Amino acid sequence: MTRDEALFEFLLRMGDNTLILGHRVSEWCGHSPVLEEDIALANTALDMIGQTQLWLGLAGEVEGKGRTADNLAFLRDAWDFRNVLMVELPNGDFGQTLMRQFLYDAWSFVMTDWLKGSADARIAAIAEKAHKEVTYHLERSGDTVIGLGDGTEESHSRMQAALDYLYPYCGEMFEKDKADELLAEAGIAPDPTELRAEYDDIVGRVLAEATLAIPGGGYVHKGGRNGRMHTEHLGHLLTSMQWLQRAYPGAAW
Amino acid sequence: MYAQMIKTASNGIKPREEMSEEERAFQDKIDNDIKIEPRDWMPEDYRRTLIRQIGQHAHSEVVGQLPEGNWITRAPTLERKAILLAKVQDEAGHGLYLYSAAETLGVSRDELIELLHEGKMKYSSIFNYPTLNWADIGAVGWLVDGAAIVNQVALQRTSYGPYSRAMIRICKEESFHARQGYDAIRAMAFGTPEQKRQAQDALNRLWFPALMMFGPSDAESTHSEQSMAWKIKVKSNDELRQQFVDQTIPQIEYLKLDLPDPNIKWNEARGHYDFSEPDWPEFFNVIKGNGPCNVDRMKDRVAAWDDGEWVREGLLAHARKKAARKVAAE
Repeated sequence: MTRDEALFEFLLRMGDNTLILGHRVSEWCGHSPVLEEDIALANTALDMIGQTQLWLGLAGEVEGKGRTADNLAFLRDAWDFRNVLMVELPNGDFGQTLMRQFLYDAWSFVMTDWLKGSADARIAAIAEKAHKEVTYHLERSGDTVIGLGDGTEESHSRMQAALDYLYPYCGEMFEKDKADELLAEAGIAPDPTELRAEYDDIVGRVLAEATLAIPGGGYVHKGGRNGRMHTEHLGHLLTSMQWLQRAYPGAAW
Repeated sequence: MYAQMIKTASNGIKPREEMSEEERAFQDKIDNDIKIEPRDWMPEDYRRTLIRQIGQHAHSEVVGQLPEGNWITRAPTLERKAILLAKVQDEAGHGLYLYSAAETLGVSRDELIELLHEGKMKYSSIFNYPTLNWADIGAVGWLVDGAAIVNQVALQRTSYGPYSRAMIRICKEESFHARQGYDAIRAMAFGTPEQKRQAQDALNRLWFPALMMFGPSDAESTHSEQSMAWKIKVKSNDELRQQFVDQTIPQIEYLKLDLPDPNIKWNEARGHYDFSEPDWPEFFNVIKGNGPCNVDRMKDRVAAWDDGEWVREGLLAHARKKAARKVAAE
């Protein structure tokens, strides 16, 4: 694996996470519990789609085969996607959506914070912009997890159920493979395992205030980040997301 | 836009000699274009009419998220998806300021939402039509927001201060949406034959519903007179509709799409385009709840509200606990 191949892999992972999660969040449009949440969810989705344009745009450039961000988003099949499994899971209720957002935001916060100092200036520039947005996303999703965890009995039990369901998917964000090693050596991207302590600290603090218990067990669902095996849900998501591009190939929109 | 057939809460205009001193002072302000502000005295009927109009407008912004949301997950490019998300977010924001404007008249957002869900308040008829192909999203921005702007530019001069100020802010964003919508349908109209077909289909289906947004013809519009005297309404339905038709036809011609109505023709003597009246029985049917999407739209909104109850209660309970802890700590 060359460094550019590793870089392409890494950029797909970054861009596919924001693409797929942004897509999931956008599914809420017009259906959230209160108008302020409709606005906040649309805003979060919008930021993530914006980040996707940058990550996948750079991925196409690094790959050097003339593929644009849109080509990568709309014309790859499921096995070529490199997002972690957690972001492709269905939204569930509002609590599950916000819990997933929080568990992702905390990782994205630590990750983009590191990437601001990347040896690759293009990555550092994207991270600089993304980190500002993610800081705000984390504040909001963290506050909502606290509010609902430490709310009523019902909201507490729904949030605990969401955490129990999602927590086994968190570990995948800290998996390491050959591509990660190559980029870490070059100072381009972090060794993912090294982000875990800060992540656990943020997540631990928020969940404690939310009166929620981190489930034991330690099993980790994985396979999305390296493309080995996605969930059944991704294919359905791509079916609607890619439909127009697939149905009318070559059209300009 | 988004407010049609607002029933004025009074029976005709009161002659000046029958007005009380307060009513005369109020009408004088309006006649002199002095804005009415929340703390000012106002006739109860003026307040009630405004609550209906602003409430209906706010509901329209919120329900209006649904036909556009229908395509967010299928937007064909990342850029189009981002534009659509930003637009829908703006619409929800408009809903928020309009509910806030209504609150200055003494009615809460929750009360208005309850009235909507009980079928006692309405939203614009346009959102009871489906969005069936991607060009509809362009057409909604171009025609629906375009029609809204024609109405809302007039409403910037409305007599109630908070509503007028909300309109000024909303119009800026709506103009942006209309241009983005036109750009989206332009890409289709000048695209492949299939795309052009979608653009034509969208125009044909949405043209008359867009004309209906201005409400029934002046001859049928029974509640307008008092609203005009109070400057809640500034121009008549027919004037606004004509203005919309006149500005839109050259835009259709630029797109090289077929006109959606065979009777559209420039009338030299009037200095306006002639056009066919929309199907008014259809309009009244949609208003009554028989439009293609009325039931589904309300079902979606009610489900969103009901499913979200635990969230609202949870966050409220947390805010109370936090406040109590703060008091205990002091």
